[in-house]
Amino acid sequence: MMAYIVRRALYGIPILIGVNVITFMLFFVVNSPEDMARMHLGMKRVAPEAIQKWKQEHGYDKPLLYNAAASGTESLTDTIFFEKSIKLFQFEFGSSDSGRDIGYDISQRMWPSLAIAVPTLIVGLAINITFALLIAFFRATYIDYWSVVLCVVMMSISALFYIIGGQYVVSKLLHLVPVSGYDTGLGAVKFLILPVIIGVIGGIGSGTRWYRTLFLEEINKDYVRTARSKGLSENRVLFQHVLKNAMIPILTGVVVILPLLFMGSLITENFFGIPGLGSYTIEAINRQDFAIVRSMVFLGSVLYILGLILTDISYTLVDPRVRLS
Amino acid sequence: MSSMPLASNTIKLFAQLGGVVTLVSLLAACGDAPWNNPYPAEESDKNILYSSFSERPKHLDPVRSYSSNEYLFIAQIYEPPLQYHFLKRPYELIPLTATEVPRARYFDAAGALLPSDVDSARVAYSEYEITIQPGIRYQPHPAFARGADGRHLYHELAAEYIESVNTLADFPKTSTREATAEDYVYQIKRLADARLHSPLRGMLSGYIVGFADYSKRLEGIYDALKKQTGTAPFLDLRRYEMEGVEVLDRYRYRIRIKGKYPQLLYWLAMPFFAPMPWEADLFYSQPGMKKRNITLNWYPVGTGPFMLTENNPNLRMTLARNPNFHGERYPVEGEMGDRANGLLDDAGRPLPFIEKAVYSLERESIPYWNKFLQGFYDASGISSDSFDQAVQLGNQGEATLTDEMEQQGIKLITAVQTSSFYMGFNMRDPVIGGLDERGRLLRRAISIAVDYEEYISIFNNGRGVPAQGPVPPGIFGFREGEAGINRYLYDVVNGKPKRKSIDEARALLVQAGYPGGQDKNTGEPLVLHYEAVGSGPDDKARLNWILKQFQKLGIQLVIRATDYNRFQGKMLKGTGQIFSWGWNADYPDPENFLFLLYGPNSKAHNGGENAANYSNPEFDRLFDQMKNMDNSPERQVIIDKMVELVRKDAPWAFGFHPKGFTLHHAWYHNAKPNLMANNTLKYKRLDPQLRKQKRAEWNPPVVWPVLVLLMLLALSVIPAAIVHRQRERSAAR
Repeated sequence: MMAYIVRRALYGIPILIGVNVITFMLFFVVNSPEDMARMHLGMKRVAPEAIQKWKQEHGYDKPLLYNAAASGTESLTDTIFFEKSIKLFQFEFGSSDSGRDIGYDISQRMWPSLAIAVPTLIVGLAINITFALLIAFFRATYIDYWSVVLCVVMMSISALFYIIGGQYVVSKLLHLVPVSGYDTGLGAVKFLILPVIIGVIGGIGSGTRWYRTLFLEEINKDYVRTARSKGLSENRVLFQHVLKNAMIPILTGVVVILPLLFMGSLITENFFGIPGLGSYTIEAINRQDFAIVRSMVFLGSVLYILGLILTDISYTLVDPRVRLS
Repeated sequence: MSSMPLASNTIKLFAQLGGVVTLVSLLAACGDAPWNNPYPAEESDKNILYSSFSERPKHLDPVRSYSSNEYLFIAQIYEPPLQYHFLKRPYELIPLTATEVPRARYFDAAGALLPSDVDSARVAYSEYEITIQPGIRYQPHPAFARGADGRHLYHELAAEYIESVNTLADFPKTSTREATAEDYVYQIKRLADARLHSPLRGMLSGYIVGFADYSKRLEGIYDALKKQTGTAPFLDLRRYEMEGVEVLDRYRYRIRIKGKYPQLLYWLAMPFFAPMPWEADLFYSQPGMKKRNITLNWYPVGTGPFMLTENNPNLRMTLARNPNFHGERYPVEGEMGDRANGLLDDAGRPLPFIEKAVYSLERESIPYWNKFLQGFYDASGISSDSFDQAVQLGNQGEATLTDEMEQQGIKLITAVQTSSFYMGFNMRDPVIGGLDERGRLLRRAISIAVDYEEYISIFNNGRGVPAQGPVPPGIFGFREGEAGINRYLYDVVNGKPKRKSIDEARALLVQAGYPGGQDKNTGEPLVLHYEAVGSGPDDKARLNWILKQFQKLGIQLVIRATDYNRFQGKMLKGTGQIFSWGWNADYPDPENFLFLLYGPNSKAHNGGENAANYSNPEFDRLFDQMKNMDNSPERQVIIDKMVELVRKDAPWAFGFHPKGFTLHHAWYHNAKPNLMANNTLKYKRLDPQLRKQKRAEWNPPVVWPVLVLLMLLALSVIPAAIVHRQRERSAAR
């Protein structure tokens, strides 16, 4: 298995290079180094020489991808792309264009993102699986029918509606929790209740429907019929046999997103004023801070590759038939 | 296993959920603060002001800060020599750390002293001698801390020590010292340091004697030292003298200006000219500090009434009283009506009134507005989404609060901003530009057609005043009433301006050679291009409106949407044709608006702020004459001539001056808008007890809907349980 993991990790390198190139191209198609300098230096009374100096100080005074003036390997290495990218592969994020240490900022901002994402995932998973099992239990009845309708309705509603509606009802009308905000330590709990509840409710529609499909697929399999014919109760069939076998796709679906929980949610963080990594990325895009944008895209790609590797490993844990080689 | 484990498990789950809710409710109910209070309960009756910010301030270094969201903080921390009187109008400069407002002394080229009323043309140099008050001390800061041997504790830190530090609070010892004239001079020298990217560097190079040379010299010294040592060296600016800035003694310094530049006094009221202790510069310049995010951009050090005690711009920024503040008193006089409005109730009382100001990050307007209504923010602006809920407009357009706001005791303050928004025409463009009659008539026709009264009504909820010229109300040179009406675009009806009819605009278009929007020579339709910033859903309605204004004249308008940065690029190259832009006053002087139309400030030619690239030699001549004059009837006459010229040439379709609407709660006092001063936090007074009482009154927790919901959920389990039981039994048969 170790050889497999190493091989998969090595496969990730060209993917990361590709992602880096695409990010670079997309960013600089939209923004020129002059644009970035103007954004950082401010809107009023910016002299052209100040723009030149900023570019020089931040290493944006070089050619983007190919340095025709240089010779040999320098024509590729003495470029913005090479100089800005090479350190990423050593996980050195460096400083943002405004001078902040990106690594430190990420380490500070990942915790609020996790504080929302982890409870939302765990509680959401428990509720979705419970509801899906209940619906599967009552399959082909009105409960099943109307539950699916409700799920479709719930998954059709925009996340923004849940957020604004939730803030309006729970915070504005009922005055139960703060509308928005965040704090450190235990003080964060009262700020997390609402976003977590909204995150869970917002995910019930799609989650329940997906797990219901998985359970129904399992319920129609031969081993379930065998279990029933042996006289097992429906509860035992569902909980001891169906749930266990349906865990494979559930687990793989969950494991793949686990590393990405760090990346946070843009809308939730913005509306609840939570200082996580979701808002960090969008702030950087708005400020045209390329150093942060490339670091966050790179980190997201690494975490996604990690998630896929973990998924493969998790297969071997839940299904003894699967062997990685 | 029982026959109903699934149902009983579900009931148990709901019971547990109910228990959790009840537990949370009980925990929250332990204090008497509202459950939705976003602040610690123990702060409820404290003298703390609560406000917000929506965007992380980029720079807190006074050498570089230049935007309102940065001044919100640093203007309370840094103290320049002068400030604006809080209450008096028109705006008046008064001393802050200076003993008096300095008076310029004028000299000719031979160095002979000239009388104060001398003609500007004869003045070769002006000198400003500034005396600062003794006894002004800096906030506690580790940069000043000294050991028993008298040496600074944190000036030669080892790399390992710096590695172990995360914030300024990690330095256990702090100290202070008195601010001296040398610190003010040090800061002016910092303004010249090209590495610090001060937005004033270019402008000051043209005024302060020796500034440009000093800037170049510093660059040379820095580069040489860096080459020599291989690392970024610290430059102690005390060692390098600037010709035009001189320390006279411990409390006096002198600034020498080329020619006459009375606007310098306004700049002396901005944080750019606040004192900077060399110790702080050295402290933050130590290798490794920047990597730990410990910089002057993040941790200001000033002498003002407040100091930044928490800087977490991803969450919260906190200003607390500076224990070393030298003291100041609330003004004892104001303008008419201030006493009646209670603005002089605190006359003569020591400042500041509040202990602390907590600014929370609030990116979206809806949560902010809800928290204001719940009493968790003390004051608020009004977004378009909330406008109808807060304000109703009367028949005459007067704004009053809605009943809902009145019942909450909320107060409304309005003020016309010292800003001008306009539609600019690129005067370099062969079609829309030029000073010939054809171009003038075409631009005037468009200026009539673009109905800014309608724009203000639709897009600004009536919050604005249509502009009659480039100078906004509240700035010297602005003409009130009939005398101020732009007769090229407006008729005077009952002493008030009425936009000329679209037929008159069409007639002008005919005279310009474009009858019905077609070139009379070629018969081709007249196609113009508008450089728009943003093309999102929010901008679409606005852009459609602009299209319609041109359609009234039969002109085809092509909208070229782009982002602000690219828009700026086009403006710099002078390739745009028509655009919209605006300007906020730096200081209350007409020069700060009329320079936007001064030929040598052309954006395309010289990278200046004249985005329309307007160049009229007569206007430029008058500007040169006017810019250095003191406010006087003679100056007004010249300004009138200049305004008349731009009205005639119409390089801008004058848009509007926005009107600011601010709401505040009954416990928030001394809320007079001052559009020039940024250091007004010290004047604000609160009644925390009233706030606590109102918050409790407005935010009683309502639990019963949650309990009902839980009960309904629990009840819904019963039929499911029955079905389950029946199924289990049928399976058993």
